[in-house]
Formats: sequence, C-alpha cells, structure tokens
Amino acid sequence: MNGINLIKIALRALANNKLRGFLTMLGIIIGVASVITMLAIGQGSKRSIQSQISEMGSNMIMIQPGGDMRGGVRQDAASMETLKLEDFQSIIDETRYVSASSPSVNSSGQAIYGANNAPTTIYGISPDYLEIRRYKVEDGEMFSEQDIQTAAKVCVIGKTIVDNLFPDGSSPVGKVIRFKKLPFRIVGVLESKGYNSMGMDQDDLILAPYTTIQKKVLAITHLQGINCSALKEEYTEQAIDEITEILRRNHKLGEMEDDDFTIRSQQELSSMLTSTTDMMTVLLSAVAGISLLVGGIGIMNIMYVSVTERTREIGLRMSIGAKGIDILAQFLIESILISITGGLIGVILGVGAAVLINMVAHFPIYIQPWSVVLSFAVCTITGIFFGWYPAKKAAQLDPIEALRYE
Amino acid sequence: MKEIIKLDNIKRDFHVGDEIVHALRGVTFTIHEGEFVTIMGTSGSGKSTLLNTLGCLDTPTQGEYYLDGVSVRTMGKNARATLRNRKIGFVFQNYNLLPKTTAVENVELPLMYNSSYTAEARRQKAIESLIAVGLGDRLMHKSNQMSGGQMQRVAIARALVNDPAVILADEATGNLDTRTSFEILVLFQKLHAEGRTIIFVTHNPEIAQYSSRNITLRDGYVTADTVNTHILKAEEALSKLPKNED
Repeated sequence: MNGINLIKIALRALANNKLRGFLTMLGIIIGVASVITMLAIGQGSKRSIQSQISEMGSNMIMIQPGGDMRGGVRQDAASMETLKLEDFQSIIDETRYVSASSPSVNSSGQAIYGANNAPTTIYGISPDYLEIRRYKVEDGEMFSEQDIQTAAKVCVIGKTIVDNLFPDGSSPVGKVIRFKKLPFRIVGVLESKGYNSMGMDQDDLILAPYTTIQKKVLAITHLQGINCSALKEEYTEQAIDEITEILRRNHKLGEMEDDDFTIRSQQELSSMLTSTTDMMTVLLSAVAGISLLVGGIGIMNIMYVSVTERTREIGLRMSIGAKGIDILAQFLIESILISITGGLIGVILGVGAAVLINMVAHFPIYIQPWSVVLSFAVCTITGIFFGWYPAKKAAQLDPIEALRYE
Repeated sequence: MKEIIKLDNIKRDFHVGDEIVHALRGVTFTIHEGEFVTIMGTSGSGKSTLLNTLGCLDTPTQGEYYLDGVSVRTMGKNARATLRNRKIGFVFQNYNLLPKTTAVENVELPLMYNSSYTAEARRQKAIESLIAVGLGDRLMHKSNQMSGGQMQRVAIARALVNDPAVILADEATGNLDTRTSFEILVLFQKLHAEGRTIIFVTHNPEIAQYSSRNITLRDGYVTADTVNTHILKAEEALSKLPKNED
C-alpha cells in the first residue's frame, strides 16, 4: 500500500467527520496561534529596546574614576581624580579591541545667546566621541584635533540647544554662544537623536574640545571619564579586559587592591533591559506551550474514540487485506493531518492577531521565522506523539473480534 | 478441476480460562474450482471458526490448509493479510460498507491495499464489478442512501473486485427480507454459472437447495458432505414470490 492511497483514505475519513475534525483542531489552532502571537509581542518589545540602545552605541564602553566601593563607602565618581590623560593615551596606543576612544569632562550651566538662555551640559570630548555615541554633524562640521591642541573655544551643539537659543530658525553655525561667561563659536549642529529609552534628551548638549573644558571651564588636569567603543559588539568583553589591564598597570595597583575605576558597557544595560522582556516571553510561551499540549491530548482523546467507534471498519479493512502497519499509518496520518491543518490555521491566526495588535494597539511586534517553523514542527510532533497510541491500538486489533464488534 | 481449498484434519482449540474448547476436531475436505458450497451448522457447530480459518483470519492449531496451493498454517499476520487481499472476497451478513462513502469507493477499497493498481485501473475495475452485480446506475450513491439489497450487492461487488480464488459469504442473506434474499441468491447463482468458487456459510437449510454441494458441521466434525444433483433455480423461486407493492 503506497503513501498516496493512505493519505486519500485518511482524508476521506476526515471528510466524513468535518465538525469533529475541526473541534479537535481547535486545541492545536489556539495553541499555535498563541505561541506565535506571544513570541511576536515578546520579540517585538525586545527588539525595540535593543534598537534604542544601539542608537546610543551598542558597543560603547564607559570608564569612570573610582571603584564602586572603597572602605565600605560608595564613592562619587566625579570627586575622584584617578583617570588621567596618560590613561587615555595608553588606551589609544595599546588596545586591540577598541576602535575609538574619547576623554570626557563635563560641566553643567546656562548657555546664553542674545536674549535667550537654556540650562544644559557641556561635554569636553575629542572628535571620536561622535563615532562612539553615534552622533552625526548635520550642519557645519566637527571641530578638529588642532582645536583640541590649541584648546580652541569652539563647539558643536545639539538640536534642543538650537531650538532654545535660536527660536527664530536662523542658522547657528558661526554664531557665538556663551557658557559660564566663556564665548564658544558654533562650528556645527548635530543631527537629532531624540530621547533614549530612559527618557533622556540626547539632543540637549554642547560638545567642545576636552582641553578647552579642562583648562578654561573646570580648571582641572584629570579626566572625569573616558568613552570608548569596542571594535564590534561581541568584542566588548575583550575590550573591557584589555582596558582593565592597562589601567591597573598605569595606576600601579597591587594584586590585592580593588580597581580605582569602573567600566560599564551598554551590553550590561541592554541585558538588564531585555531580561524583563525575555522573562515575559518565556512565561507567555510556557502558557502557550501548555495549551498546545492540551490540544495534543484533545487529539489523542478524539482519535481514541474514533478508533473505538470504527472498530468494525478496521476489522473490514483487515479482512480485505490491510496489514497492521496500514491501519497504524492510516490513523497516524489522520492525526498528523488534523494537527498540521490546525497548525496551519493557527499560524495564519497567530500572525493575523500579531499584526492586528500592532495596528490597533501600536505595540511593536516581530515575527521570527523560527517561531513559525518551531510551532509548526511542534504540532506535527504532537500529532505523531498523541496519535501513536490510538493508532497502535487500532493496528493491534484482532480482525475477527473487530468484525464482530457492536 | 483445480483444487482451490484443501483442508487436512484441521483442529482448532481455544483456551477459555483453564478449559480448552475444541471448536474444530479434525475437518477434512477439498473444494474445487467452480463449486458453490454451502456450509451449514447450528450455532456452536464450529461454523464460524471454520469460516475464519478458510478466510485466513485465523490459523488452525493443527492440520494443514492449502488455499490455491499455498499452505496457510505457518504464515504470519502480514502474509495472510496479503493473501486475503489477493485470493479471497468476503461478503458479510451486515454488509460492512464504509459509512457516507460512495459505492465505487467502497468497491475500490481492496485494491487500495494492492499497490500494483493505479488509481485509474482501480476505478475501472470497481465500475466493472458494480456493473456485474447490476448496480451500474448507482456508482455514486452513498452507502447510507441505499437499501439492504443494494448494500449487499455493493459488498458482493467489493468481494469480486480483486478476482478472488474464492468468495466467502457469511450469512449473506441473513439480514434481508425473503424477496431480496432470493435476488441475492440469483446473483450468487449467476456468479457460480460464470465459474466462480463460492462458499456460503449459513444456518438456513433452504439455501442449500440452490448450491452445488452441501457440507454440514456438528460439534466440530463434518457430519455430511453431499453433492446436490437437483440444484433449484433461485430465479424461479423469485418469480413465484408475491410482488412487492411499490
């Protein structure tokens, strides 16, 4: 007996019991649809968080002075003076996994232009900072290395500053603003990045050469931080290890001493934020998975009833030449057909529901191809697994007994 | 004449609890090609067990059974299933048609388990079979839209479709009224006249008059095996019956 005949036989049997077939499928349909919808929502929110983080620079590494703890007292990073310009130079010269790095000093204060003023923060950095934080100069240009060497009073400003200080819409490039009584000539305007995932306005900043801020604004020689970016996101760990080694050596720290600096990466932040959504995804998927299991038990239940109900038919088939394996295959194919059809409808419904949620509630969704393949595979396996026992029972019937069954 | 069925001292014991029931206590007979044999016996005579043995659904405890020259006793389940598929046509008392399935599909069924038939050949053969039993105009009728007589005709067509060596009928007229019973008997006599080998198991002595040979079973033994020299014509009996008023 060939496979096509078996499928035909199974299809005819199913066609004779359409309503029952559909009710059996319902469990699988709901199971598969919920798995796909849940995963789509979970993955959607995870991706939206990840994309927000990568806008800030997903391979960014932040080095701050001071350990987390010293002698039981948590230290204020700004008060420590352990990071020096030499550290920055060593990182540039010696690391292999760091692609860009910039010192960082900052000061908060009022920026003034004419009659307008706005509170903001001025960051003293090097041009690499743009690459690290994924900023782009939209208008004008970035200040140069030479500006850094000469501690030039030039700056690049964010869109929020433009809006606050130049409400009339005139181009700010070339204008001179004042920050803490110091005049800065605007050489460029940054492209807008909007708010980050923690609600911070990423356009509310002024960038200036770090030497200018160190010498003329803060009057310090140390650095408040160093920002780096790893060659690639996956090299972040190696980059952190390298930097740690260099800084410990530069700072002449003994083996027993704690680090006098703290290194943070966006990866930590990213994993912290996505762990919540991951947890939700796992929970929702587990619930959906259980409903798939219940659907499978439904198949087993109905197939079992079906075998009992069709005992005479099985007896007849055997008496006219069906082997045990033919009967087994027939019932197995029936349950697989039920689960595959249910799975197919479930996939369509699940994708439809996810798209609907996206359209109506504007919830970010992402349908991963593997989630569709997986739930489809799971429901086929469910069909085989839960169809096996009733099919086996049918195949083991004695034709004489089966023919006499009332 | 070719020997279709050869039974040699067939014994069949059943274990019921601690007791052993001897259903067949040594049955020996030979049936040749083209015979129409009725096997008669009261309930408990071993008739059903003999039928199951002849139909290769059961194997004897002892003795040899040759179907069309093949020894059945030592065959496994699957080999017997294939043998049934190629050599035997079953006709049951309660028809055993698939529900909600057309006549043609019901008749095709044995050929579905024979992979040497293509879908077209199968359909062709099923239609020929249905024409042979006089249902050429009801090919697409479903089993639940037919009368008892029609259903039994479909069942006979199904038994014929694989060109079996022997047709085994188990009380094939048991569920039918007198008139329809005779119509079915006419059909069996027609098949007999065409040279088919038929074994008809029944407890109704009347049917024996229409067959060519009669074997009687009692308590697991063959008590009589007679050739019928005066075969009655079922058609004549049918014409004498009062016509149905419809």
